[in-house]
Amino acid sequence: MSAADRGGTFGAELGPVTMIDTPLRLEYHVTAGRAQTRYLLGMIDGKFLGERCPKCERVYLPPRGSCPTDGVPTAEVVECGPGGTVTTFCIVNVPFRGQAIQIPYVCAQVLLDNADISFMALIQEIPADEVRMGLRVEAVWNPAEERSPSLESLKWFRPSGEPDAAYESFEEHL
Amino acid sequence: MAEDSSSERVLTAQHVVEYPYRRSVGPVLSRFFTALRDGRIEGVRCDDGRVIVPPAEYDPDTGRSTGDMVPVADAGVVTSWCWVAEPLEHHLLDRPFAFALIKLDGADTALLHLVDAYRPENMSTGMRVHATWSGERRGHITDIVCFAPEVAS
Repeated sequence: MSAADRGGTFGAELGPVTMIDTPLRLEYHVTAGRAQTRYLLGMIDGKFLGERCPKCERVYLPPRGSCPTDGVPTAEVVECGPGGTVTTFCIVNVPFRGQAIQIPYVCAQVLLDNADISFMALIQEIPADEVRMGLRVEAVWNPAEERSPSLESLKWFRPSGEPDAAYESFEEHL
Repeated sequence: MAEDSSSERVLTAQHVVEYPYRRSVGPVLSRFFTALRDGRIEGVRCDDGRVIVPPAEYDPDTGRSTGDMVPVADAGVVTSWCWVAEPLEHHLLDRPFAFALIKLDGADTALLHLVDAYRPENMSTGMRVHATWSGERRGHITDIVCFAPEVAS
């Protein structure tokens, strides 16, 4: 016997169902590991701590504890930045729910000094249409008492005033 | 930087990712969900006569449009199952249960749902189950709270 037979109908006077809610919730318990822990604790001091591969000598930021190319541990800690170079960027013009920053704003890949992989970051304190490849930038951190072992300690990057970097200096990092 | 030692602090954190999806269901699933709200289960008939539950707009084998909606029973046979000994927060039952594929009477394909069987010893492939309907239905698959083993009478 169906529920309908038992007279348990609801909403028969309502229209047909056209939409359903299917929310998804994923709960993660994340363990950072030793390399990322060092990197995140560096945020408290306003420092970017990468790690160098002993074989290929590339510096990874953020570090994962091993070199993905050579498969060996990256034990040597290398401080990167605070200066860096915009390699590529995009101007965000699309509003979306939960957006915390006023549009238009610029999301850029910043190649920090000493690092061999670029880092996605917000560029501020410059009009969006003046951001360019090769623009030299520097990190702006939150006040020391507001920092935590989190990327939220970093406010954004702003122009450093240095001359633009030559394309050849970052072309291998695009 | 200190050399690695077992006492070195490693950071951990809780991360939650949520996607508040609301989706349009299309004409065929609209019939299916509307029927659920009315306390009935409907499938759809394919060219070859098979009845697919839950219904689809297109025959999964041929890609051709499916045909008429067909009422099926709210009871059927378990074709496969998996015991969940420790339900998680988001599961719809707060006690151990089975996820099961259930071929409803009148259907040729199986529907994924829960079977409230209390103990895995109560589960078996081929067992008969029937739907337990929610008292407050809104046009969602959870209008069926779960399936329960059919008691031989």
